[in-house]
Amino acid sequence: MSISLKNRSLISISDYTPEEICHVLDIAEDFEKNPHQNLLNGRIIASLFFEPSTRTRLSFETAIQLLGGNVIGFSSTAGTSIQKGESLADTITMVASYADLIVMRNPIEGSARFASEVSKVPVINAGDGANQHPTQCMLDLYSIRKTQGTLENLEITLVGDLKYGRTVHSLVEAMCHFNAKFNLVSPVELKLPSVVKQHIKDRNLEYHQYTELEDAIPHSDIIYMTRIQRERFPDPCFATPCWRTPSPTAVCCTRCRASTRSTWTSMPTRRLITSSRHKTASTPVKL
Amino acid sequence: MEKKKELTVSAIENGTVIDHIPADKVFQVVKILGLDRVSTPVYFGINVESKKYGTKGFIKASNKYFETEDVNKIALVAPTASIIEIKDFEVVNKQTVTIPDSIEHIVKCFNPNCVTNKEHDVPTKFTVIKDAQGNIKLHCHYCEKNTTQDKLEFI
Repeated sequence: MSISLKNRSLISISDYTPEEICHVLDIAEDFEKNPHQNLLNGRIIASLFFEPSTRTRLSFETAIQLLGGNVIGFSSTAGTSIQKGESLADTITMVASYADLIVMRNPIEGSARFASEVSKVPVINAGDGANQHPTQCMLDLYSIRKTQGTLENLEITLVGDLKYGRTVHSLVEAMCHFNAKFNLVSPVELKLPSVVKQHIKDRNLEYHQYTELEDAIPHSDIIYMTRIQRERFPDPCFATPCWRTPSPTAVCCTRCRASTRSTWTSMPTRRLITSSRHKTASTPVKL
Repeated sequence: MEKKKELTVSAIENGTVIDHIPADKVFQVVKILGLDRVSTPVYFGINVESKKYGTKGFIKASNKYFETEDVNKIALVAPTASIIEIKDFEVVNKQTVTIPDSIEHIVKCFNPNCVTNKEHDVPTKFTVIKDAQGNIKLHCHYCEKNTTQDKLEFI
């Protein structure tokens, strides 16, 4: 069965079936081998960032340039008609008449879904508040599959701010497709929201909650670290956890920024798998 | 002697009777339907004996008929309610409300940062989730958050 994603928006990871997700990962693998493809020649891509971003915006814009496309847009609302009170619908409708594709980050939750409904061109959600960040999720899945050789039947330990971390929510949803087992490590105040846990329960999958990381490490295939979402949480105090030696095949995906990165000790077999938060050769796969 | 089934509130000639409302939801239903702002007679009862539910509430609204959208509003707070349309003192239509699979326009998303609360003219849209205990949650089509029954606010 052939899978076509032509003219499809990407708003939430749940919009894509497991087969479609794997198809995107397969394409990404090809891109990693041959990143300089002129596929966007003559195309205009709108990069609309309504809130600050460094890594995501530059990843997208670099990928567009590498693929031969042109970028229009803005990196903040300063100097745009949004400052004059223009509605999101009007902004998107206008931009859609210039661009072939819209990449949007917006602090308002659900704004990307709404944009995709008023836009005549596809929309890629580059983060909508605390809701979804599906392209980050795609890249996390890519890293997991690349290091583990599979997405099936893995035990994944999610650590940090599980309440506000939108990439955690997306990743849990995605990994539920692949029969994952989840270890949830967070302070009590930052536990995974019940709506996301319900998603795991609905699929009869297993999850365990911890406040200490050391209990989950020994049997983890993946350790997924997140930073505290300081902009959403008034008390960023977070104790650095103690570490024990993980399973020999354990891989850590980290999204921590340098200033908030947890201390690593006694993990001789670990390999750090970078995400789009760090510039890598896989940048163009972030489509 | 045969017990009279007549209610203490007189029958209405034309209009709608909403029966089998949970006793503690009557005032909420009155408010949701805007019956506190109409000029036609409205009668209601609370803690009325009910064989089926123990106690119940009811509303009789003269010269008032409800659209499907209004009925949906009732179903969200009073899923056991029945809607009886009266014309010339006769029952012309009787239906039990059913909770729809989706709800549009009528309920606010509880998430203050949802696009439906931040932008003008973005109508709300929810998928109705009903758990095994009969509790209802509304899953927002946009922000993907669940609005629970205790946070329901009608537009």
